[in-house]
Amino acid sequence: MQDDKNIYKPYLMKIAAITDEAPGVRTFRLEFADPKEGEAFTFTTGQFGLYSAFGEGESTFCIASSPTRKGYIECTFRETGRVTSSLADKDVGDVIGFRGPYGNVFPLDKWKGKSLIFVAGGIALPPLRSVIWNCLDLRDWFKDITVVYGARSVGDLVYKNELEDWGKRTDMKLVVTVDPGGERPGWTGKVGFVPHIIEQLSPPAANTVAIVCGPPIMIKLTLPVLAKLGFGKNEIYTTLENRMKCGLGKCGRCNTGKSYVCKDGPVYTLAELEQLPAEY
Amino acid sequence: MSDKYIVSETVLGALIDAAARSGRRILGPKAVAERIEITEIKTASELANSGQSTVSAKGTVFPKVERLLRYRFEGKNVALEDVEPQVQPTVLFGIRPCEARAFHALDVVFNWDYKDKFFNTRLANTTVVAMSCTQADDSCFCTSVGSRPDDTAGSDILLSTLKAGGFVAEVLTDKGKALVALAKDAFQPLTGDAGLVPPATVAPAFDAKVLQQKLAAKFDSPLWAEQSLRCLGCGACAFVCPTCVCFDIQDEADTRQGQRLRAWDSCGMRMFTLHASGHNPRDKQSQRWRQRVYHKFAYYPERFATLGCVGCGKCSRACPVDMNLKQHLVEAAE
Repeated sequence: MQDDKNIYKPYLMKIAAITDEAPGVRTFRLEFADPKEGEAFTFTTGQFGLYSAFGEGESTFCIASSPTRKGYIECTFRETGRVTSSLADKDVGDVIGFRGPYGNVFPLDKWKGKSLIFVAGGIALPPLRSVIWNCLDLRDWFKDITVVYGARSVGDLVYKNELEDWGKRTDMKLVVTVDPGGERPGWTGKVGFVPHIIEQLSPPAANTVAIVCGPPIMIKLTLPVLAKLGFGKNEIYTTLENRMKCGLGKCGRCNTGKSYVCKDGPVYTLAELEQLPAEY
Repeated sequence: MSDKYIVSETVLGALIDAAARSGRRILGPKAVAERIEITEIKTASELANSGQSTVSAKGTVFPKVERLLRYRFEGKNVALEDVEPQVQPTVLFGIRPCEARAFHALDVVFNWDYKDKFFNTRLANTTVVAMSCTQADDSCFCTSVGSRPDDTAGSDILLSTLKAGGFVAEVLTDKGKALVALAKDAFQPLTGDAGLVPPATVAPAFDAKVLQQKLAAKFDSPLWAEQSLRCLGCGACAFVCPTCVCFDIQDEADTRQGQRLRAWDSCGMRMFTLHASGHNPRDKQSQRWRQRVYHKFAYYPERFATLGCVGCGKCSRACPVDMNLKQHLVEAAE
C-alpha cells in the first residue's frame, strides 16, 4: 500500500447509462473517465464504495454489478438526501466520483457445490444483484439457485427487466412478491410478506446457503423462519449498510462492537452478527 | 537511551527562540482569560506550567477542519486537484504528558489498515516537548489508564520541574535530539540527584483491565441510561478530547469549484449514525453514551491493544451538565 497516496481521492467516473428502476430509484452505469484506471480496477462481489456528487458530498452504496461484467460498475440508489438528490439530477455523460472497492466479500469459493437461496426486500436487492449475477455467470459452480424478492408494491420492484429475464431462466427459480395491497390487476406474482413466502416455499436447508438482505424488520422476521427450516447460523449471510463517511476504518461511524462494518463487513454470517451488539 | 540535561527557564527561552528561527511553529499551553489554550508562544514564561488546557493539542496532528481534496467544475467534467497536507514543522512545547501519550491512540486508527498521509505528515512534523505534571485535579485519572503524571510515552523530550528552579530535560528520541541540537551549548548534562518537584499525586480510581472485563457483561445494564440521563448530546467531550478520532466528511462548493473537508465529529450526536431511511442504530442518547465508553475502554483494547483514553479529564471539565468520566468509569468497573 502506497503510504503517500491520498486515500480520500476518488476516481472520476462518467455516467454511461441511467435506468429508472422505481419511483425515486435509479441505476447508474459508470465508466472510468481514465480508461487506464478502469483497466487496473478490480473488485469482488459484496464490496461497496463511496460515490460522490461533487459539491454535495459522498454516499455509500454497494457495487450493484457483478465483477464478471468488465469495463463498468453499476450502483442503484434511492433519492433521499442531499447527495442522492444531486446524483438523481445527473445526466448521461456527467462525471461523478467513486472511491473503493471497500469491505469484505461474499465467499463464493466456500459456496461451491451448494444450493443458494437469495432473499431480498425492497431497495436491498441491489447488493444481492451483484452476487446473484456473479453466481449465475458461474452457474456450474452451484446446484439450485433461488431468488425470493419482495417489495411494497409492484411499482417499487427494482430491476424489472432483469426480473423478467430471471423469471424465464430454467436454471434458476425466481419468486417475486408484493405486500398485500401492493398488487395490480394482472399481477401474476405472489402477494404476501417475504417471511411468509419463505415459509410457504420451505426451501430445503441441506447443503444450502441463504443470503438475506432487506429492511431490518424483514430480516428480523425472516431469520427465525430460516432457523426453523434448519439453516445453520454459518449458512445464513447478510450484508449491512451502516452509515459511513470514510469506508477506510477511521471515521468511526460504522463501528459496531469491535467491528468496523466498512472493514470487517459489510458481509456477515448470522453467527458473526450475533457476536455484535444490535447496532445496525 | 535517554539523555538528561539541566535547563533554566532562560535556556528554554533560548531553545524556543532557536526553534522559531529554524522555521518551526511553537505551540504551547497558555493562560488566555479564564482558560488555558494551546496557542502560539514566544517565550517560556508564557507557558502555563500547571492545569489542563480546555481543548487538547490534537488539532496539531488532526485539525478540527482539514481539506482532503479540491476540484473545479469544467462543463460536464470535473478536474480533481490532489491536496498535500499544509504542514509547518511544529514544536508542541510544555503540553501535559497525557496529551503526548494520546497521539498513539490516534495513530493506531489512522494507520491500522489504510495509511492516512494527512495525519502521518503532521505527526512526522511535530516535536513533542511535554512537561511533567506537578498538580492534578479531581477529574484527572491518568494512573487508572496505565499512565502517570511524568509519563514519557509519546514525548520527544520530557521536562520535569526542579525544586531549585529550572527543569530537567529528558531527551527521548531523535526528534528530541534534533531540537536540543539547536541550542545545545546551553544544555548542561545532569549529574547526581536532580531534586525534582515530586510529580502530582493521582490516586488510581479503577483498574482498566477490570473495567474491560466488567463491560463485557454490562452492555444491557441500566447504568448507561442512568449515567446519560442528563447528557445533552452536545459533543463537547469529544471536541476537547485528545484521543477522539471520529470525523465527518463534507463538501463545500460554489458553481465553479469546491473542496472536500474532514471535520471532527462525535458519536454522541444523533446524526452520527442516522441512516438515510430514518433508521438509527443508536437512536437513544444512552446508546450513544455507551458507545463512547465501550469504544474507548472495550473496543480499542480488543482491536488496537491500547486504550482510547489517557485520563486527562478534559471531557469532565468541559461537560456542561457535569458528567464526570472518572466517576462513571468507577461505577462501571464495580
